[in-house]
Amino acid sequence: MDFLKIEHLEKSFGTTRVVKDFDLTIRKGEFVSLLGPSGCGKTTVLRMVAGFETPSSGAIVIDGKDVVGLRPNQRNIGMVFQAYALFPNLTVAENVAFGLKVKGVGKDEREARVQEMLAMIGLPDLGARYPFQLSGGQQQRVALARALAIKPHVLLLDEPLSALDAKIRVSLRTQIREIQRELQITTIFVTHDQEEALSISDRIVVMNGGVAEQVGAPFEIYNRPATRFVAQFVGTLNLIEADVIAPETGTVRIGTTEISLGRPLKPGRVTLACRPEAVSLGAAEGRPLVLHAEIGEVHFLGAVIRVQARAGRTALSLDTFNRPDTPPPSAGDKVQVSISPADLLVLEA
Amino acid sequence: MMGSPRFWSWAALVAGLLYFFLPLVGMFEFSLRARRGEYSFQAYTNVLSDPQFRDTFLYSVTVALFTIVLGVLIVAPTAFWVRLKLPKLRPVIEFITLLPLVIPPIVIVFGYIRLYNTSSWLPLTGTAFGTNLLLIFGYATLALPYMYRAVDTGLRTIDVATLTEAAQSMGASWFTIITKLILPNILSAILSGAFLTFAIVIGEYVFAALLNRPAFGPYMVWMGGNKAYEPAALAVIAFGITWACMGVIQLATRLSRHNRVQR
Repeated sequence: MDFLKIEHLEKSFGTTRVVKDFDLTIRKGEFVSLLGPSGCGKTTVLRMVAGFETPSSGAIVIDGKDVVGLRPNQRNIGMVFQAYALFPNLTVAENVAFGLKVKGVGKDEREARVQEMLAMIGLPDLGARYPFQLSGGQQQRVALARALAIKPHVLLLDEPLSALDAKIRVSLRTQIREIQRELQITTIFVTHDQEEALSISDRIVVMNGGVAEQVGAPFEIYNRPATRFVAQFVGTLNLIEADVIAPETGTVRIGTTEISLGRPLKPGRVTLACRPEAVSLGAAEGRPLVLHAEIGEVHFLGAVIRVQARAGRTALSLDTFNRPDTPPPSAGDKVQVSISPADLLVLEA
Repeated sequence: MMGSPRFWSWAALVAGLLYFFLPLVGMFEFSLRARRGEYSFQAYTNVLSDPQFRDTFLYSVTVALFTIVLGVLIVAPTAFWVRLKLPKLRPVIEFITLLPLVIPPIVIVFGYIRLYNTSSWLPLTGTAFGTNLLLIFGYATLALPYMYRAVDTGLRTIDVATLTEAAQSMGASWFTIITKLILPNILSAILSGAFLTFAIVIGEYVFAALLNRPAFGPYMVWMGGNKAYEPAALAVIAFGITWACMGVIQLATRLSRHNRVQR
């Protein structure tokens, strides 16, 4: 069931159009990430949903009601900010209780809800502390509890993990997702970190220049990018230039190797792309595209080894799993790398 | 060693302290000489037992408190709104708040008398209450540069925009945001502005004398022209009040619980 509908949303600051004809429909309980580089308009969309920015045109419908004309304090939306935004003069418990107090919830009910929220975020004993007495991760969990305490229609997360260190980021994003699943709260998560978006979202909206370039599940976004921008922004990509020699059968020539992609192509030159994990060291059955390459840098990342190689003028990045019985290649080694045509994406201009 | 920078630092400090404190010590010593041939607090006793001292001091304290309330009511919401919604207007507002420093008080008070005299459209000087109001308005104007800067500095220490948005998203009204979140978080800044205002009002002469109000400033001047040791005692008392104000600012800042560790 569609719970949040954004229709033809536009926002201009002066003569600059920041968000252009943005459409999005979110089901109840769905976790949707807005992913894109800085300045792509993702935060502006979020702020329009929250009511902090007024759209130039378009509609935002939450649970069947157009909220564009409502002030932020009338929308019943919970928001978590990058900078935590805990009230420094209030204790943790008072912070969580703030929204409930504003809504006129009675003291007993308020205290019970605060305890419930603090237990949910795993900080049941820190109610009497002030924000400055907490770590960044703890502060952000309190901010999450505060946003959820009022039982909002929608939860908005504006890059909530950006200010945290890498380890906390991973554990907190898992916790956010668990809580979101448990409460079944409709959530919009803004991030510029593709790994974050891919790991916790039901769907991802990849934005660029104020436009939603692609909306889809993480698997779809990663494996079947709709545009060149999405392909290049999400994940690492190898770009391989090829000449189309038989457009109707999709046969291309890469170096001296000819392979068929099995789909029609436009005549001329074409840019093909593939993920590092689609490139294998050595020739193999079913991988007709074989390139002779020289190993450059080798990055040992633990479970995965990322190898930089160069095949003629084409720079390739390939990922291979670490195997204790097979040492990784060394810089300067001459190797063969192979790719299956099924793993090659054709990038439109 | 004579040539070391450390020596000259200490020398500069000692010279500065002597420059500032010797006159005070001299004044204090003089204020103790009311009785011939011995040191005593006679001048202080005379001043403190003078009913006019009590009346004028109480009057000035009352006016100072009203001035502080008026100043906070004008400055805090203005500075908050400018920081939140009209950041481009900040230079203009700062310029306006600096005007009392460049326009002499005598010009302001003559302007008031001309605008609000008994034959004007708003004859505030026609009654004691009206004149008191005028005095409070005048003092609020005089203290504007200090109050605005203190509050603005306080606002700079918190993320006004994000805190406001966080509160709004939880349903808070503007009144709740200002009274429950913004003011408590800039309390020490407001107190700084308040005590500076207090210090200005307690010693102010021009406004009170020209509006003919029974304030502490004119009393000190009158005392200076008519007595020998008591003016020195009064000056020491005035210094004491100012320093006590500074001490309270420090104390309030330290006691502000949520700021204790951040400092």
